[in-house]
Amino acid sequence: MNRIYFDHAATTQVDQAVADLMFEYMTDKFGNPSSIHGFGREAFSAVDKARQQVADLIGATPEEIYFTSGGTEGDNLAIKGIAYANKNKGKHIITTSIEHHAVLHTCQQLEQEGFEVTYLPVNDEAVVDIEVLRQAITPGTILISIMYANNEVGSIQPIEDIVRLGHEYGIDVHTDAVQVAGNYPINVTDCPVDALTLSGHKFYGPKGIGAIYVRKGTRILAIQQGGGQEKNLRAGTENVPGIVGLGLAAEVAQREMVDRVEQISNLRDQLIRGIMKSIPDTKINGHASNRLPGNVNFSFIGVEGESLLLNLDMKGIAASSGSACSSGSLSPSHVLLAMGLPHEVAHGSLRITLGRHNTEQEVNYLLEVLPPIIERLRSMSAWDGQSYSKKQEDYCSNCQLK
Amino acid sequence: MSSKGTVVVGMSGGVDSSLTAALLLQDGYEVVGVTMRLWEDDSLVESTRLQGCCALSAVEDAKRVAALLGIPHYVLNFREPFKQKVVDYFVQEYISGKTPNPCIACNRYIKFDLLFQKSIALGARYVATGHYAISEYDQEKKRFLLRKGYDHAKDQSYVLYHIKQNQLSQFLLPLGKYSKDQTRLMAQKLALPVANKPDSQEICFIPDNDYKGFISRISPTTIQPGNFVDIHGKILGRHQGLAMYTVGQRKGLGIAAGKPVYVVRLNPEKNEVVLGDHNDIFSVECIATDLNFLAIDGLFKPMLVQAKIRYSAHESPAMIKPLENGDVHICFENPQRAITPGQSIVFYDNDVVIGGGTINTVI
Repeated sequence: MNRIYFDHAATTQVDQAVADLMFEYMTDKFGNPSSIHGFGREAFSAVDKARQQVADLIGATPEEIYFTSGGTEGDNLAIKGIAYANKNKGKHIITTSIEHHAVLHTCQQLEQEGFEVTYLPVNDEAVVDIEVLRQAITPGTILISIMYANNEVGSIQPIEDIVRLGHEYGIDVHTDAVQVAGNYPINVTDCPVDALTLSGHKFYGPKGIGAIYVRKGTRILAIQQGGGQEKNLRAGTENVPGIVGLGLAAEVAQREMVDRVEQISNLRDQLIRGIMKSIPDTKINGHASNRLPGNVNFSFIGVEGESLLLNLDMKGIAASSGSACSSGSLSPSHVLLAMGLPHEVAHGSLRITLGRHNTEQEVNYLLEVLPPIIERLRSMSAWDGQSYSKKQEDYCSNCQLK
Repeated sequence: MSSKGTVVVGMSGGVDSSLTAALLLQDGYEVVGVTMRLWEDDSLVESTRLQGCCALSAVEDAKRVAALLGIPHYVLNFREPFKQKVVDYFVQEYISGKTPNPCIACNRYIKFDLLFQKSIALGARYVATGHYAISEYDQEKKRFLLRKGYDHAKDQSYVLYHIKQNQLSQFLLPLGKYSKDQTRLMAQKLALPVANKPDSQEICFIPDNDYKGFISRISPTTIQPGNFVDIHGKILGRHQGLAMYTVGQRKGLGIAAGKPVYVVRLNPEKNEVVLGDHNDIFSVECIATDLNFLAIDGLFKPMLVQAKIRYSAHESPAMIKPLENGDVHICFENPQRAITPGQSIVFYDNDVVIGGGTINTVI
């Protein structure tokens, strides 16, 4: 059976050139960058180059890049590090209710430690309202952490406005850009966040490596102790193969960014048109147009998402119902619920995230196998075929993808 | 494809269900393995969690076997319905002075209901488990019958009696033809990684087997001490709460009566535990409620059967009679030891399951 991969928000295939380069730094060039000898210098230069490559991807300077083990560690380090460093100024943090668990659970941990956290609501397109954010700011607010784009529904947040507002009140702004970096243009000069998290395996780099950007002058404390690596912010011997892999993946992503975005979003729009035409009572979750190029999130009313995914898997199609981290839990996505979707609609969601290797033929195959599966699952469910039609019309009148 | 159709196999990670999947695959079915996640004590971190049938290691064992067989494998999360339909029921029955059988509740509500539904959603025609019982079509009766497994010592038809006719027609039980030893031998020959895994004995959500401790933890306030009384109502001492006792129990009563005493019955109205001597725990009659009939449409006139009052009991000849309210009156030929309210009574005609119900009252 042919296997089709439509789950690029979960992870991506490592680029062959990236894998080859990493292999070199596990075998011949295995040195520790902190070592004084030639092996060490070789590794150090490689890390140095990668730092520049990652900085270039987001318009930063290399001194502002700190390597981590990935998105989760990056979010922990940025949020806790900034919170601890500023706790004398205040103990209030603002985030949203649709963040990844790496942010949500970090904030919950900080609440246990005596910080106060506001979880902002979002509108029905999963976008934060800047006025609601303004009202949440208190004299004690020290950090705003809002994701650049949502991993489940792809909606892009008004980060520039958020940063402007935060800075108006002298508050640091962090953004979890794990889904965005390497897949959609970001520039920390135009959008001057104070800290940003990115992860290698979301853009054809390896797993287990990521980076945070921390704007020069931002107060941040280390959250793990050890050697003095990464200018004392992230102790632990550098993951050199991972770092060089991340660096090259960043360079390739930057070089191919414009083409990839165009190719992938064309494919996505083709998929959306096909589905909306062939499957009635379907809702697209997330912002109609301002969304990540590869992301589309459908709700098929009257269909249970898990059964749908397993049926697709049996046809060789890899997709997801939301975040890979929460699969296996039957509770509907916290993101879809925060967007105000009724439970039964949130339950029937399907996330397709396209990548650079996906083809038109693959999209056509999905369009061929999906409608009969949906029809069969609907015929089994108690759904009356009525309950959602009104809202469906409302949605379609705003839809720009007709 | 010359497949016999798709079958979903409930895989617990043990040897029985693993071999079930392997045999069906050999037999030409398209096999999809699923493991039901039923219970997890969230307060413990993974490394200290106990090893029950729904523990994470069970999921991993099932995944390993599925990978070896080259079949898809999915984990289905049934924790919420399992808590409601099995665990809460289990605790509630004990609190109200009955002795529940959680495996029967699990088969009825989780397997025959949710697993069947999910399997149909997956496009499967059949569902299979590793129970030692036989499901087959009877030409004469024009219906599917549930029979005992060939290995009567290992027979598990008792825990399956709540299945419905239409479900039975889609239910495959390939192990019914084999003994446990044959199962292990076949699993070894196929080099299944779980071939020598020990059988699970305990209730899967109480891996330490301490059901009293479990009930006290889950529902501490409902456990009220009360009186031990003799069969005439005379107070003999204090008990620790009805949930701590079961009919026929002799050990752990903490009563010095100068002779062996047994729990005769539990009286929830008065919160009393009634004690008596060995003779007092034998009875010949009881009433069963919540019945399911498999080999017949229903019980409309008295019928002579062999009845089994608990999983570990032997069948014994009995006359079963329909009552007006749909319950069944059971009259044994010989007195039975410790007929226990809450337990299931299953009726057989030789090796065919006629039906069964829950013991409600002992007369």
